[in-house]
Amino acid sequence: MVESYLPVLILFVMVVAFAFANMALSELGGRKRKNVGKGEPYECGMEPEGNARLRLSIHFYLVAVLFILFDVESVFLVLWAVGARSFAETGVGVFVFAEIAAFVGLLALALAYVWRKGGLEWDR
Amino acid sequence: MNDIAAKLGMTGDQLEGLLAILVRNTVILIGVINVAAVMTLVERKVSAWMQYRHGPNRVGPWGLLQPLADGVKFIFKEVVIPYGANKPLYLLAPAMAAVPAMMTIAVIPFANDVVLFGKNWGPLAIADIDVGILYLLAIGSMSVYGVILAGWASNSKYSLLGGLRASAQMISYELSMILAILAVVALAGSINLKEIAALQASTGNPLDWFFFKQPLACFLLLVASFAETNRHPFDFAECEPELVAGFNTEYSAMKWAIFFIGEYSAMAVMSALSVVLFWGGWSVPFMPDAPWYLGFAAFLAKVSVYLFLFVWVRWTLPRFRFDQLMRIGWKVMLPLALLNLLATGAMLALFGPPGAP
Repeated sequence: MVESYLPVLILFVMVVAFAFANMALSELGGRKRKNVGKGEPYECGMEPEGNARLRLSIHFYLVAVLFILFDVESVFLVLWAVGARSFAETGVGVFVFAEIAAFVGLLALALAYVWRKGGLEWDR
Repeated sequence: MNDIAAKLGMTGDQLEGLLAILVRNTVILIGVINVAAVMTLVERKVSAWMQYRHGPNRVGPWGLLQPLADGVKFIFKEVVIPYGANKPLYLLAPAMAAVPAMMTIAVIPFANDVVLFGKNWGPLAIADIDVGILYLLAIGSMSVYGVILAGWASNSKYSLLGGLRASAQMISYELSMILAILAVVALAGSINLKEIAALQASTGNPLDWFFFKQPLACFLLLVASFAETNRHPFDFAECEPELVAGFNTEYSAMKWAIFFIGEYSAMAVMSALSVVLFWGGWSVPFMPDAPWYLGFAAFLAKVSVYLFLFVWVRWTLPRFRFDQLMRIGWKVMLPLALLNLLATGAMLALFGPPGAP
């Protein structure tokens, strides 16, 4: 079964080679005439003001945490989804579905809580 | 053949298998890179027609050689690395964005079993692996790293904002995308993309296509794929008026091009995924026993429609605001996708699996 991943490995090598070879190509073929203005980060032509390593809005972290919460949920749901058909065929469908519905319901409750608390409002 | 194999310490069959893998990988990879190149021309042509212009028409007949000319131009452009950039990350970022996008084509089944030179070479896909959808989602979501690294390493405020917005948007819409796909998986009972396509193609009846059982999931996946590939109307990562191109503001020459090859490959893969999941993959309507090349042509035709849709939507819908985008993602798409999945599960549990496919 592991052999079936061999093409993926070969593809990985090919794609990485493609990406880096192309970047090296323009490194070789491109013109090289540096001056002071060219290397400045673009800021509408003005001189850059301060550093770009800014502090970020906490919202981005909140979104990341929420994402992890629901992503883990979806990983569990993959397992159920693959089996759902055979569960229904073997007659345990309703039981398994009730369990998964409780699981999803719990997370939907979490979503409702975040919603209520205003965690999903971007422009607060 | 057998002599060469013996020298390499392999059997003839092993060598043949290895050569088949190499040929298949090369053909499919070059094919997708060419789709990306042609899409740049198609995008400009279609945009031009929609705005009553001609678009590129100087290089070659009908502007057909424009992608080639662009490629040559990219090679001879100057590579500028801004002061204060984090150099290793800055150089790594384009590859980090493009490599996952091009890796995801590995599991897309383009056609049924290929019969060539009197031998069955298996389905026209790089790898026919059982966890196809899981692989596609896992590798595909890694291109977020490239985008956020590009934004952070450039030492430019526009890039930083663009990268952050892109990553927030990609992870928000990924949830609805996964849940929409799972509704189809529940119906099909498999996460092997080839099996899902074969299920829909078996009778040749277009009504077996999963679109007719899961229209809502199809629509959710469409919207999510616009957001995942940073396309209009969700292209906040690179919206020109606010962020002057966002995370790739500071990139030039081939590095910039690599980002775009990645983006267009991601578009091609998302279109192909939608076709496999909802539109029957290689299924030719009313021809269950169509030969593989007809199926391949049907697949390409369906993917082209999707790719055209990407360009069409770009000139039809205005761009959202960022808070609107997050609101749609979390408050509309996610609950809808959850409800759709639960409804599918309930139908399956109460009325049993659908008969025909």
